[in-house]
Amino acid sequence: MNGVEDPYKALGVTRDASQEDIRRAYRTLAKQHHPDLNPGDAKAEERFKTVSAANELLSDPEKRGRFDRGEIDAAGQERAPKPSYRDYAEGDSGRRYGRSGPQPGGWSAEDIDDLFGSMFNAAQATGDTTGRRGRNEHYTLTTDFLDAVNGATRRLTLPDGRTLDVKIPPGTADGQVLRLRGQGGKGANGGTDGDALIEIRVNPHRHFVRDGSDIRLTLPITLAEAVLGGPIEVPTPGGPVRMRIPPHADSGTELRLRGRGVPAHGGQAAGDLYATLRVVIGTPDAALEEFVKAWKPEHPAEPRRAMEVGQ
Amino acid sequence: MITIDVLVTQLSGLQRQDLERWIANEWVRPDCRAGDYLFGEIDVARVRLIRELRDELQVNEEALPVVLSLLDQLYDLRRRLRELSDALGRTASDEVRQNLARHLAKTTPLPDRFQS
Repeated sequence: MNGVEDPYKALGVTRDASQEDIRRAYRTLAKQHHPDLNPGDAKAEERFKTVSAANELLSDPEKRGRFDRGEIDAAGQERAPKPSYRDYAEGDSGRRYGRSGPQPGGWSAEDIDDLFGSMFNAAQATGDTTGRRGRNEHYTLTTDFLDAVNGATRRLTLPDGRTLDVKIPPGTADGQVLRLRGQGGKGANGGTDGDALIEIRVNPHRHFVRDGSDIRLTLPITLAEAVLGGPIEVPTPGGPVRMRIPPHADSGTELRLRGRGVPAHGGQAAGDLYATLRVVIGTPDAALEEFVKAWKPEHPAEPRRAMEVGQ
Repeated sequence: MITIDVLVTQLSGLQRQDLERWIANEWVRPDCRAGDYLFGEIDVARVRLIRELRDELQVNEEALPVVLSLLDQLYDLRRRLRELSDALGRTASDEVRQNLARHLAKTTPLPDRFQS
């Protein structure tokens, strides 16, 4: 209260005193302590000042109201702002709204880890100074489909500027993680370096789809190739391979090329390549139109017979 | 410690139903004794804070839990820093303290764009 006495006490009235009560109390006290009536009495003079100040505050209903609501102090000054939430929150009482609840207490091992990582691990355990292994570091490397199937070497630039030559072995699958020993964080106190762990992401291929060790492919053929069969060239991950289409092939016929899928890797035998044929008629010319018009099939095909109406 | 009735009278303009909702949401966590809420100084300050956030800073009640949670984390961390500094003050030798001060003063300067 800034050392200023409560004005109600100074005047000796209660807080619900009427304005008339206040005026009467003031007059009585003013007469009693007026400096002119008490020459040389410092105490009386002090008392008179207090009483006058109290009267000035309380005789004005507006000021009295502000004082009652705590907006101004007994000296008529704006009150210092109330302590903010921060004043409590940072103190011990702030634990009530903290993460670990209101109970006071020391730091748990997790708390220490949270702020300092593993800095105090050694100190907490035995205080020993043996080497600490470096951290494993995680990276992602995106590669083309064929590089992952056939194997390749790719250069990876790390955030710290180092480059790593990553050998992608044949048959690497999407999501597979390669471990490069000793290429992670440096060890401390003679501890070994950590590893670099590289997750391989494989981009999809326009034609090939991987199915375990096998590769699937949709292979377009002409009408003539479908009816008469014949030699064609089939793309495979290892390069084009010549094969023969049997006569009377059709859309959906599946051909297998043994050993032409994913190459042998990690103790697994090479997979196969499955080519599913798709007949492409192209733009029919006059001759084909004439032929089809005149054509009376010996065994008329009913390709939609198995379909029910509405399905 | 004051009761909910006293608090509602003291903080002019505070709606009792607002306050009860804030307690139900656990934004304010007064003690509960004999079925009555008892507000400590920090609870009163928190009610004032929520009111200022909502009425003066226009943080609506949808966003309030996010803001409160961030503030709680911040104050948690600052309390921990204070505890850490207390612990260092009690346990660290003068040499360690001087080293620490030197190191902290020497930390890498921020790039220009982070400086005012």
